[in-house]
Amino acid sequence: MGSLLSQLGLECGGKDVREKERHLRANDRELNLSYKYADNAIKTSKYNIFTFLPLNLFEQFQRLANAYFLFLLCLQSIPEVSSLPWYTTVVPLVLVLSMTMAKDSSDDMNRHRCDKQVNNRKVEILIGGELQSEKWMDVQVGDIIKLENNQFVTADLLLLSSSEPLNLVYIETAELDGETNLKVKQALTVTGKLEDSIEKLANFNGEVRCEPPNNRLDKFTGTLTLNGETYSLDNERILLRGCTLRNTQWCFGLVVFGGPDTKLMQNCGRTTFKRTSIDRLMNVLVLNIFGFLMIMCLILAIGNGIWEYQEGSKFAAFLPKGVNAPFSAFLTFWSYVIILNTVVPISLYISVEIIRLGNSFYINWDRKMYYPKSDTPAEARTTTLNEELGQIKYIFSDKTGTLTQNIMTFNKCSINGKSYGELLDFSGQRVEINEKTEKVDFSWNNLADPKFCFHDNSLVEEVREGNPEVQAFFRLLALCHTVMPEEKKEGELYYQAQSPDEGALVTAARNFGFVFRSRTPERITVVEMGELVTYELLAVLDFNNVRKRMSVIVRSPEGKLTLYCKGADTIIFERLNPSCSNLTEVTTEHLNEFAGEGLRTLALAYKDIDPEYMEDWKLRHHEANTAMDEREEKLDALYEEIEKGLQLLGSTAVEDKLQDGVPQTIEQLSKADIKIWVLTGDKQETAENIGYSCNMLRDEMNEVFIVSANTAEEVRKELQTARRKMTPDGTEEPTVKKSRSGLFCLLKTETVADEPVNGEYAMVINGHSLAFALEKDMEMELLRTACMCQTVICCRVTPLQKAQVVELVKKYKQAVTLAVGDGANDVSMIKAAHIGVGISGQEGMQAVLSSDYSFAQFRYLQRLLLVHGRWSYLRMCKFLRYFFYKNFTFTFVHFWYGFFCGFSAQTVYDEWFITLYNLVYTALPVLSLSLLDQDVNDWWSFQYPQLYTPGQLNQYFSKRAFVYTVLHSGYSSLVLFFIPWAAMYDTVRDDGKEIVDYQSFALLAQTCLLIAVSIQLGLDTHYWTAVNQFFLWGSLSVYFAVIFTMYSNGMFLTLISSFPFIGTARNSLNQPNVWLTMLLTSILCVLPVVAYRFLRILLWPTINDKVRYKVRQDKVLPPAPRRVQARRTSTRRSGYAFSHAQGYGDLVTSGKFLRRTPKSRPALFSQTDSPLAQTQPQSYRTISEWEEPPLSP
Amino acid sequence: MAPSYNAKEEDGHQPGATGHGGAGTMTNKKPDNTAFKQQRLPAWQPILTAGTVLPAFFVIGLIFIPIGFILIVYGLTLLIDYTGVDMSSPCYNCSQSYSWNNTQSCTCSVHFSLDQPFESNVFMYYGLSNFYQNHRRYVKSRDDSQLNGDKTSLQYHICTLNRCSKECEPYRSSDKPIAPCGAIANSLFNDTLELYYIDPNGSRTAIPLVKKGIAWWTDKHVKFRNPSGNNNLTVVFQGTSKPVNWRKPVFELDPLDSDNNGFINEDFIVWMRTAALPTFRKLYCIIQKKPNNMTPTLPRGEYILEVTYNYPVRSFDGRKRMILSTISWMGGKNPFLGIAYITVGSVCFCLGLVLLSIHYRYGKRNNSAEISS
Repeated sequence: MGSLLSQLGLECGGKDVREKERHLRANDRELNLSYKYADNAIKTSKYNIFTFLPLNLFEQFQRLANAYFLFLLCLQSIPEVSSLPWYTTVVPLVLVLSMTMAKDSSDDMNRHRCDKQVNNRKVEILIGGELQSEKWMDVQVGDIIKLENNQFVTADLLLLSSSEPLNLVYIETAELDGETNLKVKQALTVTGKLEDSIEKLANFNGEVRCEPPNNRLDKFTGTLTLNGETYSLDNERILLRGCTLRNTQWCFGLVVFGGPDTKLMQNCGRTTFKRTSIDRLMNVLVLNIFGFLMIMCLILAIGNGIWEYQEGSKFAAFLPKGVNAPFSAFLTFWSYVIILNTVVPISLYISVEIIRLGNSFYINWDRKMYYPKSDTPAEARTTTLNEELGQIKYIFSDKTGTLTQNIMTFNKCSINGKSYGELLDFSGQRVEINEKTEKVDFSWNNLADPKFCFHDNSLVEEVREGNPEVQAFFRLLALCHTVMPEEKKEGELYYQAQSPDEGALVTAARNFGFVFRSRTPERITVVEMGELVTYELLAVLDFNNVRKRMSVIVRSPEGKLTLYCKGADTIIFERLNPSCSNLTEVTTEHLNEFAGEGLRTLALAYKDIDPEYMEDWKLRHHEANTAMDEREEKLDALYEEIEKGLQLLGSTAVEDKLQDGVPQTIEQLSKADIKIWVLTGDKQETAENIGYSCNMLRDEMNEVFIVSANTAEEVRKELQTARRKMTPDGTEEPTVKKSRSGLFCLLKTETVADEPVNGEYAMVINGHSLAFALEKDMEMELLRTACMCQTVICCRVTPLQKAQVVELVKKYKQAVTLAVGDGANDVSMIKAAHIGVGISGQEGMQAVLSSDYSFAQFRYLQRLLLVHGRWSYLRMCKFLRYFFYKNFTFTFVHFWYGFFCGFSAQTVYDEWFITLYNLVYTALPVLSLSLLDQDVNDWWSFQYPQLYTPGQLNQYFSKRAFVYTVLHSGYSSLVLFFIPWAAMYDTVRDDGKEIVDYQSFALLAQTCLLIAVSIQLGLDTHYWTAVNQFFLWGSLSVYFAVIFTMYSNGMFLTLISSFPFIGTARNSLNQPNVWLTMLLTSILCVLPVVAYRFLRILLWPTINDKVRYKVRQDKVLPPAPRRVQARRTSTRRSGYAFSHAQGYGDLVTSGKFLRRTPKSRPALFSQTDSPLAQTQPQSYRTISEWEEPPLSP
Repeated sequence: MAPSYNAKEEDGHQPGATGHGGAGTMTNKKPDNTAFKQQRLPAWQPILTAGTVLPAFFVIGLIFIPIGFILIVYGLTLLIDYTGVDMSSPCYNCSQSYSWNNTQSCTCSVHFSLDQPFESNVFMYYGLSNFYQNHRRYVKSRDDSQLNGDKTSLQYHICTLNRCSKECEPYRSSDKPIAPCGAIANSLFNDTLELYYIDPNGSRTAIPLVKKGIAWWTDKHVKFRNPSGNNNLTVVFQGTSKPVNWRKPVFELDPLDSDNNGFINEDFIVWMRTAALPTFRKLYCIIQKKPNNMTPTLPRGEYILEVTYNYPVRSFDGRKRMILSTISWMGGKNPFLGIAYITVGSVCFCLGLVLLSIHYRYGKRNNSAEISS
């Protein structure tokens, strides 16, 4: 049922003739129409009223199971072959088809509604010299349309002009790539001149030649010819459908691609349809079962041939000879195909879907996975993967937003040799800070941010007393940054920081009385302890990866020139004035302390500058800035020159807040033998730091290997060294087990065996090395080394690499993988992994949209896997085992009966019983088993994460378990046929009449069967709820009610040919012999199973048995021991608290962004509210691959 | 033991959410707190422990063994094969010189003796073996509506669209409809069995055989009905022909009892209830206990079974038998079931003992074992 999404793509972009080049002229509909480009209407729906029935049926019959049943139906229409009446197949088939049809139609209806809504959106088009409001679907290629603020971009547009200076527009691309930060597009100057003059626009007749429609979001090539001159067009000039216009009053654009040709639509529909390993196993099994079925039929057909030859020919006086023996055998073969088809009943597929759906609902309903702060319940977006959640072996996790909240809080600082932020009680002992700890009161500062909390009162006191160092410290924080302020209302400040660290620091300064209020390219306005002070901004010495620091040079109102610098401690310390060596020592101590707690630190310093020197420097700076060659180097040298002899102020410590419960979750998951790899775009230091703070890296580990080499050979060497260290006596060559699997064994798989390691190791590898390591010739080396480590952290990886890592593990480990992430850069990994989990966090919805499961907090992952996943897997396996058991037993009885009825394809049971067995008599009990069963409850599941391991090893349902099931049902069917046979053939009823007539025997056999499988169900049920009981007893009662009804006089007299079993139930079920036989068969079916299971629990108890035993012993749950996380005493220096990207320095000083009076300044980065909440977004799944990492612009 | 993180979040949003803008008004996506949705339905979780399994085994053993004995003890059966395969067999000649179209009937008599007297009602069966009454083509070859007295199936002999006795293939003649049609009816068992007691003084006494009350009540009164309209069956069945193998038409099956003719002839009904297995027996008649008589129904002694040998079975290696049987409260003698019960009961008991010893030896070890991680 899940193939719908994959079908979605068929409709978009299918074109017979590929255009080579697109050519269009503005305002010339006639010319443009002549090319027959697609207009802007989109269609994602698959059917309309007339095509629905044929198309849908056609699709459904493409599915093997349905086609098979259609084939059976055809067979049944041949009277010579038909061994069962038509309704035994038609009833289930119609039921299945109509259920699927109902689902498909409701899905398609939704798509229709969605299409309609999108197609009917209004936009203003320039037609005939005036703007007219038209529907989106009526927009043609070549039209000029006007967009207003916060509108969705209608089609792929060439930007002509905008309301903003320099013809800029700001767009949000969350729908396309998930990034919520705004992007800038700029129109050509020549078209920008058109402005909003309708007259000029109407006369605009530029011709565009450009590339044909494609799906590359980051590339566009084309030319605009206007008045004989040709301008080149690139991606900067193009607004893509799916984006939203922000902070721009209006803009005009020329439609280049419409509807299905837009890049958004070209990107949709490449979603691959995921299947679970059970699915794949089931396919293989079903195929084997078909083979098995054919063998059974063949045996019986041959038997029939022999029988017809030996017996049938002589029997002709009683049973007129039909056809010759070989032909009879041929017909019998098909007759038995019909009768024995129940080995693969159609209801198997439908039940599997229902079970998965039910288990998905449990995930949606789980209150313990509901995050109240953002009002997000967990969501199972794919309903077909549940049991796979119980088999996860590898988790690939993103860091930012997944493990961490991406919230930085200013936690501690050291100013002038004194450390603040620690809370001490009266005796000088450190107090653990928790939610209840009293917060510092910032009410004296009416510009303070109410969300900011700090616990050390002494710092506030110092600031208010006017301690000059402390004041300088916060002044620096208020001045030295590239944050954009936004003041929507008087006093309500919002900071838009490029990295959350910066935001945290500026917010800290704000709360301590140094409020950064506004900035222009030349000025920074700060409210210092209530006084408005404006600094003149002379230069911004921006951050980059090499410098690892940033500085600003400002002139205070008094005219004093100061350079403020913040940066990595090692970098700053190199540039300090020798006079502060004492202070440096103390600060270093504090830094170590902060780093030990996993905080991200920065050192702060300043320097007063001589005005004359500054003049000179500024001149040279200007020169360097305008130099044509080696500009960077010259600037760097200049910066180096002025950032010298600094005075140390102190250091800050910012906490990269982990999401709640992350270390505990990781601990739980690793107890469940799940390996967690962190794949992050962050820097190595940050990633390592987070690794330590969430307990993935530990000091007691034997070694943490760092792989960061620059050439392929070095990488290989480092990997090998690491591997040899872990297993000194290990083999050089990996043990690769080659096998074939999949349908028809076409799939070649290579499995690399796990290698034993003594001790705990971890590996950190950076993106550069990873690129080498992922090459074909080295990937095995990487895999082996990485898989030996407890923890693997890959940093600075691109989205593509994330996917490659996942693919690598998938390919060689044959293990189930799960990827969890929250950002657009995780999409590739989420799609590559068997299961993708999206954290519905702050980085947009892209990850969630392409994920299979989504929730708000990383810690819910343990519940998803250890509880829901485990149960789903357990239930699905139980269901499959039981289902195969019940149907094989049912079918094998027919096989045995074949030997007693001349292989004539006579059924053992009543035809109605065959029809209703799977649909009515056994449907609900097995469904209730597979929807409600749990071995131990969630609490115990968390207590013993080891319970998860059987799933990883495929222990509950495998080929082996299947063979066991087949043998078991073989035994049961023998009992169920031969005991009634032996008990009946030689006896009579208590009134002397014969008992072994066909109808009584059929009734006996089917009742025995039903009772035996019901008891087996009872044995398999671990969790007896009222629902289970009700369904089990209900089904049995329904069975008896139905047989008494169907075998009644009334039914017979109404439809004589359909109900020939009249009176059988009444006449048979009053016989003690019959009941004694039923008792005997049930006991014989159950007895060996009980004995075997009892012995197994006694002698070789599994972890499940042990825990279940323990649960029974400890009726009362002991209180969960809450462990306080130990403080780390590590002396490791933590990472540098800057984002790795180049800063905004250029933009800040260029003035591009600062174009209006401060009063009406709109939000530059309007993240305050989710823009998605304001207007309903177009909901398409987009983008399947990334060519470029979006992280490094 | 690992702490689970959920305790804090157990019930929603007391601490965190209220501080967050407008949480009180919009927290509607929170799932309902019902036992079903949270998968906390109260349940009974049985596990297989020694305390439940072992007693069950013993109890089953103790119950099954006596039942088995009861099943074995009661009931008497006598079985006589009169097929005439051996040269020495009295029916050898009859079995050799047979064809369906014989007008002359062949009779033979089989001598046998009873070692034990048969008390109370005695049931007499004919048994056939290697006779595939359960063959699909055979089972299908009947028309239940005709047997239920549907007149149309008697009148229209040509197959029309809606009323075509396909069921009766291949016994469907082209000129006159056959009543009753089909292979089952056609192959009606037509041997006649008579039983004589030989007094010690050598005289033969015919034993009265009651041929009524041998079919199921539902068959006789609901499933099988003569076509209505006329009490005279000869008129009703006019225009139909008898099955090809029959010697008499259906309305003359019982020359003695006119109510036992037509489709409701009990021998016919019994035959039409097809057997499930190739070896089967069918009730032929009942030898009723003599009222107010202390002598057994069939006393010990010598008997003669007089067979009018009509029914050919030699061609397909079939066997014909006559069976005499008495009935206990739970049906006829059922040696298999009895033995099976005794066997299963004993196995159960022994298994119980074995499991008990294993439990004593290893049970302590595993139950006390801590769960290793």
